[in-house]
Amino acid sequence: MSPEFSEKTKKKLEDIIAQYPQKKAALLPVLHVAQREFGRIAYEEEKTVAALLDIKPIEVREVVTFYSMFLREPVGKYHIQICSNLSCSILGAENLIEYLKEKLDIEVGETTADQKFTLTTVECLGACEHAPCMMVNFDYYGNLTQDKIDEILDKLE
Amino acid sequence: MNEKILSKLFDVEQAHKIDVYLEKDGYRAVRKALTDMNAEQILEEVKKASLRGRGGAGFPAGVKWGFVPKGVDKPKYLCVNADEGEPGTFKDKYIMSYNPHLLIEGIIITSYCVGIHQAYIYIRGEYENIALRLEQAIAEAVDKGYLGKNIIGSGFELNLFVHRGAGAYVCGEETALLESLEGKRGNPRLKPPFPASIGLFNCPTVINNVETLSNVPSIILNGADWFGQVGLPKDGGTRIFGVSGMVKKPGIYELPLGSSLKEIIFDYAGGMKEGKELKAVIPGGMSAPVLTADEIDIKMDFDSLVEAKSMLGSAAIIVIDKDTSMLDVLRLVTKFYAHESCGQCTPCRVGNNWIRKTVNRMAEGRGKKDDLDNILRLANNILGKTLCPLGDAAAMPIISIVQKFRQELESYIRN
Repeated sequence: MSPEFSEKTKKKLEDIIAQYPQKKAALLPVLHVAQREFGRIAYEEEKTVAALLDIKPIEVREVVTFYSMFLREPVGKYHIQICSNLSCSILGAENLIEYLKEKLDIEVGETTADQKFTLTTVECLGACEHAPCMMVNFDYYGNLTQDKIDEILDKLE
Repeated sequence: MNEKILSKLFDVEQAHKIDVYLEKDGYRAVRKALTDMNAEQILEEVKKASLRGRGGAGFPAGVKWGFVPKGVDKPKYLCVNADEGEPGTFKDKYIMSYNPHLLIEGIIITSYCVGIHQAYIYIRGEYENIALRLEQAIAEAVDKGYLGKNIIGSGFELNLFVHRGAGAYVCGEETALLESLEGKRGNPRLKPPFPASIGLFNCPTVINNVETLSNVPSIILNGADWFGQVGLPKDGGTRIFGVSGMVKKPGIYELPLGSSLKEIIFDYAGGMKEGKELKAVIPGGMSAPVLTADEIDIKMDFDSLVEAKSMLGSAAIIVIDKDTSMLDVLRLVTKFYAHESCGQCTPCRVGNNWIRKTVNRMAEGRGKKDDLDNILRLANNILGKTLCPLGDAAAMPIISIVQKFRQELESYIRN
């Protein structure tokens, strides 16, 4: 069954939609809210969002599958996104990706069995002055080393 | 002269708050523009200042605004490009984090000049915390009467809204950005028509980068001549150079256009890290053709870099040392563009993936004699054959790496 937005969220979504002359233009902002509320945008969530914006579910799907930040399946409590682009790689990102895989005992794109961590690699995060860098959920961490990664992950409950 | 236009308040505590910003002469440019100047005067001043686009293409902002047709019975829009996806680039983040009201001032003056009443800041999805900061700054500006209806009693109305992207490099391309803002996949549009006449929601639209718009208040306050003196007459003002890679002090350095690349790397950014030796520099974001260590005695402005067959782009400088393999650099460049191609144009979609597969095979030690020629052939068949500049942005660095580091790349094939 398609999930429903909470009453509080519905109000927030109305305010967002009011910012645009066409309802469909609110799709990306609405999807960000939906993903936060439902944890993913899959088949059922597509229908909820489509109904809100008076568009077809396929119009939602073609957008969800285009943008890398929208998740078809939920991620772990902490989503680690480590940069694998040039400036970070010059300073050792690829070794750190290997280290994270080993430490978490998962491959890139997987979630740990306890649903705590998901590991993905991403292109440039716009934090090259702190390379190598990563995001955990929406928090940035830079100048990474193996020790620093241990320290960051150990602090996460 | 080492004038700071954009980063002057970066060290001032709480300068992102409107009260602090107002104490530091904030919104004086808006007051001057909206009370003492008309639209034509502003347009002439910005044109005369030669304010060139800071996103990458370097198109003069005033000329772009001048393309918006007059007397059209449709709303007009301003889209602020805060997508900042060009690898190596992190400058707009600083403006939006530490000086958001400078950007808002630029947005107000630009909108007033062009006759725009609705503006959107399209910000990359990963900058969630910066989007929140912008929203707070907008709320403050509304509260103080700098946004909304009847701005500072002038009768001018402007609404500003932050629109978050969702992780697609191509949306930094202006027509892909428009598609994305309309709630669609970020597939670039065929041009013409240009956004100035048919843009967002089929209405006349101006699209400018964050750093470009943030320069507007200083032009209004100090005049076009001053702006040209800070930088160059044909390329006014400063750039926020972002230095990353194998240097001692990576970071942002606001310097006049025409500054020396060598000085930026060896003086401002402290030179090479840990006694490493310089091998190559990417001078304007990943899309810019690479320069060898012998080619860095160069001025950093749009025309000088075109002359050197590279580009100033987003002024993001990536410093590569001798211990970094150019095959690795080529592999990372091709991985990026193959991933970010929107898939609309065949040369870009197929070509970039073909190059990526070839380079990956070389990196696994299975390179063949004709691989490099094939890569050049493929890249030349992407160049100039796509709807948007992403195709060129991929082909240019690839061609330059293969041509300038051919000997090194061949050594990986033989071994």
